[in-house]
Amino acid sequence: MSRFSPANLRLAQEIIRRYPVAKSATIPLCHLAQEQDGYLADDSMAQIAELVGCSSAEVLGTASFYEMFKMHSVGKFCLGVCTNISCQLLGGEELLEHAEQTLGIRPGGTTADGLFTLEDVECIAACTEAPAVQVNYRYFHRLTPQDLDQLIEELRSGALDGVVPAHGTLGKVRQDLGEDRIANITPPEDQTEPVWLRRHRELAEAAAAADAGTPSAVGNDS
Amino acid sequence: MIGTVTPASKMAEGVPAVVSSRFGVPDGHTLAGYTSSGSYKGYEALRQVLEMSPAQVGSVVKDATVLGRGGAGFPAGVKWGFCPPGVWPRYIVVNGDESEPGTYKDRLLMERDPHQLIEGCLIAAYAIGAAQVFLYARGEMPHAHERLAAALNEAYAAGLIGKNILGTDFSVDIVLHWGAGAYIVGEETALIESLEGNRGMPRLKPPFFPAAKGLYMAPTIVNNVETLANLPWLFNHGVEQYRSVGTEASPGTRLIALSGHVNNPGIFEIPQGTTTFRDLFESEIYGNGIRTGHELKMFIPGGASAPWFFPEQIDLPLEGRLIGGQGSMLGSGAVVVMDETTDAVRAALRLVRFFARESCGKCTPCREGTTWEEKILQRILDGHGRPSDIDLLLDVADNISPGPYPVAADPGNDLEAIPFPPRQTTICPLGPSSVAPITSAIRRFRHEFEAKIVQRDLISVSSEPFTDLPEQSSLAHGAVGHV
Repeated sequence: MSRFSPANLRLAQEIIRRYPVAKSATIPLCHLAQEQDGYLADDSMAQIAELVGCSSAEVLGTASFYEMFKMHSVGKFCLGVCTNISCQLLGGEELLEHAEQTLGIRPGGTTADGLFTLEDVECIAACTEAPAVQVNYRYFHRLTPQDLDQLIEELRSGALDGVVPAHGTLGKVRQDLGEDRIANITPPEDQTEPVWLRRHRELAEAAAAADAGTPSAVGNDS
Repeated sequence: MIGTVTPASKMAEGVPAVVSSRFGVPDGHTLAGYTSSGSYKGYEALRQVLEMSPAQVGSVVKDATVLGRGGAGFPAGVKWGFCPPGVWPRYIVVNGDESEPGTYKDRLLMERDPHQLIEGCLIAAYAIGAAQVFLYARGEMPHAHERLAAALNEAYAAGLIGKNILGTDFSVDIVLHWGAGAYIVGEETALIESLEGNRGMPRLKPPFFPAAKGLYMAPTIVNNVETLANLPWLFNHGVEQYRSVGTEASPGTRLIALSGHVNNPGIFEIPQGTTTFRDLFESEIYGNGIRTGHELKMFIPGGASAPWFFPEQIDLPLEGRLIGGQGSMLGSGAVVVMDETTDAVRAALRLVRFFARESCGKCTPCREGTTWEEKILQRILDGHGRPSDIDLLLDVADNISPGPYPVAADPGNDLEAIPFPPRQTTICPLGPSSVAPITSAIRRFRHEFEAKIVQRDLISVSSEPFTDLPEQSSLAHGAVGHV
């Protein structure tokens, strides 16, 4: 079963090599699948299971724990309105209600045109810029209801396509950690004391041994 | 309205910018910017450290008393020493899963100065002898990922990470890992579970203290982003200068996110232990006063998990141990200010709902208790509250955190503070944290709860007979069994 494109499959294998234990790559690979398809499909999870060496139920078990993974297709734009304390104090809940009115959906719902999914989200770490909103995890700060309507209009028209990538896109820059770069891919069970620690330990032991042998010499000098 | 427009932190006179010196530098996130701007020259500390022995590096961090900035405030140097000798490999996991409501500093450190964090990671890896460093950044922060990924790529290309760093025998990788949205993963054992590809549920301590049995059951040091970001400045300026700011027990500076009802919300780097909440709220370089025309009602001194403080506590300095004795905690440096327009019940409900949503479900008292706390608060707010609901809330809370819960002093009513931390019937502190807004709000604003609870004559089913029962009814006399 293959769902990853050939290029993404290569990337998936490179990501797995970064970890001493393949299963650690589960969450990054779920992100990669979601980036490719906009959501996390069943056959993606089956393929990830094969790649990291576990059952697809285990991948589902992990993925379903985390808010960001969507098991079904969502809108082109996931609009998350923060209503947690700092945003609540400055109108986050009212802003969410306004978004419900404007879009005609409740949190968790998707508009009929498939453009917007609305979410009532927990703290997104923009507390000093309240009320804050994320669209596909890109920030918009200190929004009034009018600002929010304008934002929705601009997203709808495609004016913000350069700022807000499709749902699932994580970072536009990836860490480049190919085989030639990785310093240490020894499995955990074969690891020994790192060389620089050993060198300093041996130096310290030699110095201690020399110190232990010197008291009489010091005594002779004085 | 688009993007990250947070202004650069302003420093009090004579206080060095230890971690925030490049927040306002446009190219501070690049390698060129890191080595040419800010309060020290980037990667100089690494060069110095490589000349020292790993043990010496550990002693410097210990002597400086670099307190953990993630919440618990444990000294990093001491933590490093907990790795059992002779057990390999050792791992470092960097906790960048910042999700505590009100907290907003690690994201800036990752976005604005990623090389500072990378250099901090390298210093720690050299000192403890780490086989690998995993930099776990919160999933909802793609901009931070981009900045970190770009910085890592640059640093690898410059020979600063990877094999034989700067031509020495020190080799280590830093792997950028993506989270996917779960507050509980900020707890160190849950972070390790998540990094192993599992549901982020905390492990029981003992035996799973990360320094002994952490990632892949190997000794693992979990450090917060801000903690490690302190290291490059420390090695450039030395222990004495590091300790010259702040207090004896809490030296150095701290990043504080000040949000809510103040005129100038923002991220401020303040000296630890000497700045008071009043300074923070009123000083022109910090909050610049409570929202004009309003007055302070209460404030959260250290993130959603911290019990609330009130105007009586405004002159306390931001010092971990002291705040703990006064019934709350400094936590992750998130101060949320609420003025008199704030509805205490509504604020408490929102905070409790957060914990109910984020409970991982492993421990019953938390999974069930937080859900009931939310339901009861919601019905009080909706006008369906019952007179017994206040006691019921406290009873549910007591099942998660038994006994007296940490709370601030209330001199007006002759009530003393109950010191932090709370007791818990759960593996991790998430469940007990949900109790903080409840006990804080009820002790101080019980009348607000009572005003919302509709007083109804409830039909009692046990204590009195129904009035319309006939006098001779056997039921009315409880004589059913005697017929």
